[in-house]
Amino acid sequence: MSNLAQIFKNQKVFIPFIVADDPDFETTVKNITALAKGGADIVELGIPFSDPVADGAVIQQADLRAFEAGVTTQTVFEIVAAARKETDVPLVFLTYLNIVFKYGYARFLKKCQQLGVSGLVIPDLPYENRDEIVPLAAKYDVDIIPLITPTSGQRIQKIAKAASGFIYVVSSVGITGERDSFFAGLSNLVAEIKEYTDVPTAIGFGIHTAQQAAEMAKIADGVIIGSAIVDIVAKEKTNAPQALEKYTQEICTALRTKVEQ
Amino acid sequence: MKLKNEQEQKVKAGRYGKNFGGQYVPETLMTELEKVNKVFNELKDDAAFKAELHELLNNYANRPSLLYYAKNMTEDLGGAKIYLKREDLNHTGAHKINNVIGQVLLAKHLGKKRLICETGAGQHGVATATIATLMGMECEVFMGEEDTKRQRLNVYRMNLLGAKVKAVTTGSRVLKDAVNAALQDWASRSEDTFYVMGSAVGPAPFPEMVKHFQSVISKESKKQLQEQAGRLPDMVVACVGGGSNAIGSFAAYIQDPTVKLVGVEAAGKGVQTDKTAATIERGTVGIFHGMKSMFMQNEDGQINPVYSISAGLDYPGVGPEHAALAECNRAQYVGITDDEAVAAFDYIAKEEGIVAAIESCHAVAYVQKIAPTMAKDQIIICTLSGRGDKDVASIAKYKGVQIDE
Repeated sequence: MSNLAQIFKNQKVFIPFIVADDPDFETTVKNITALAKGGADIVELGIPFSDPVADGAVIQQADLRAFEAGVTTQTVFEIVAAARKETDVPLVFLTYLNIVFKYGYARFLKKCQQLGVSGLVIPDLPYENRDEIVPLAAKYDVDIIPLITPTSGQRIQKIAKAASGFIYVVSSVGITGERDSFFAGLSNLVAEIKEYTDVPTAIGFGIHTAQQAAEMAKIADGVIIGSAIVDIVAKEKTNAPQALEKYTQEICTALRTKVEQ
Repeated sequence: MKLKNEQEQKVKAGRYGKNFGGQYVPETLMTELEKVNKVFNELKDDAAFKAELHELLNNYANRPSLLYYAKNMTEDLGGAKIYLKREDLNHTGAHKINNVIGQVLLAKHLGKKRLICETGAGQHGVATATIATLMGMECEVFMGEEDTKRQRLNVYRMNLLGAKVKAVTTGSRVLKDAVNAALQDWASRSEDTFYVMGSAVGPAPFPEMVKHFQSVISKESKKQLQEQAGRLPDMVVACVGGGSNAIGSFAAYIQDPTVKLVGVEAAGKGVQTDKTAATIERGTVGIFHGMKSMFMQNEDGQINPVYSISAGLDYPGVGPEHAALAECNRAQYVGITDDEAVAAFDYIAKEEGIVAAIESCHAVAYVQKIAPTMAKDQIIICTLSGRGDKDVASIAKYKGVQIDE
């Protein structure tokens, strides 16, 4: 088990997401550092996949930009190694199972441990197949972050009970991308998860404004923002670090002040 | 028997052979997959369901399909006797309708109002659009933009049948991308939507379900050949993209060790070139589209673009049961190039008066090669998975002939 759960002890947690090597190596390293400086508690780094079926257009485009830059799994590890010289912010990877499978589960997890990557979010690894990697991940102090969605229903209990690190609560059905409304039963969903586990929860999918983030932080222990941040990277390109730092500060302020009231 | 144990094992876990198959999809779809699995297992052997299915297969889809002794081909090739399993004579012109009728009946039992599907050549899309209309359900077909151009006739047919065709513009804009888009749509609105998977691919229970509904092909051919020749075939040949007509053609023979099973993959410009779709020969083990199977991918696990003249075989993966049958050598998989398939398209038209789908012509091309090497008292069954009307324009173009569509 990693130290991810500890991070949620004292405050509402902000987890921004960027895609590795979008638009290039150096900018990604600077973006990670800028997110950390802006107040991000955990940075979620996407390893691009050719066919990201859980992702909407914004993240698909980011993956394409990274492929344009020539990204490989090896490049992503090198980006993390470079970022580790600047920041010790907790990191998790988001990628699809085939990337990890082809690298070799043990080899990939060992690399994570060496680089201080604490968790993996793998959207196409459901509970039923977690044994393929979870016991091995535990050996390397890496958490496999499970996802729970508005459609999980009777599956919530078993997923929550087996969770470690944190639980990624998906705000709505469908794929990633900015949204203006979320699943109406989110509070109940998180409350049900809490019945089964003390593992913290973070809500993601579709959140893009500070106000939405504050609303979500009333429900869960943390907030994940992906597409909105990736969109900033797309627009600002190599100037993204400054913009990301500012955006992160805004979100963190909204998360923490609103909650303390 | 080793094989039998493996076959029994997979039924339990949706796994095939050592470890192919499984369910690798986002959590959003898992509850829905559980529902599909449940309704399939409850109904597949239910008498009323079977009666409803057979009524539609026989009186709407024109089953049983003929097992036709191809006398001219047999004489010309001078070896084994060739029988053609005529799935091209089904309503909508391909084997696809067998599976669509089965799955749509399940969808009805689940109370779904909307059907979605992927399509490559358009045959599965046409079949789904047809049954949707028959059952009064809404239908949206996801089709790679590239394929909508290669198969314009089928796009028009789907529109004619009242279906919406969504041209998918992500990735390489072919069948693989259509599956991605259909999975994304299903994740967004599974409450009223059923994903009619067209090939023996995807997460469990789809590979098993597609095989179940397509196995009518080999159940029939086994009985028909018994009547016509009084024995089992020596070889069964079928083309393989995802592998639905092949698994249906093999199913009744898997436990008959004397029957050689041959799946014919699309080698495109050549098995050893990078313009190929010969997944079993050139692919490696991976996890994609909900299953562990063989895929065309790079060393990082990124899915590679594949190529074939045939939109229906232009897929970077293969059904998990085929991967398992190849692994234990129960079936053999061979590659046929574009050129060979186009030559077979001409050949079967001229010998037998049958314009067969370019997909099926990959199987025919292999029969042309193998039949002369076999004895005259041996028998090959070759599945003609579909008819070739849809391909006439693009074959003419391939050969440099200008015709008005």
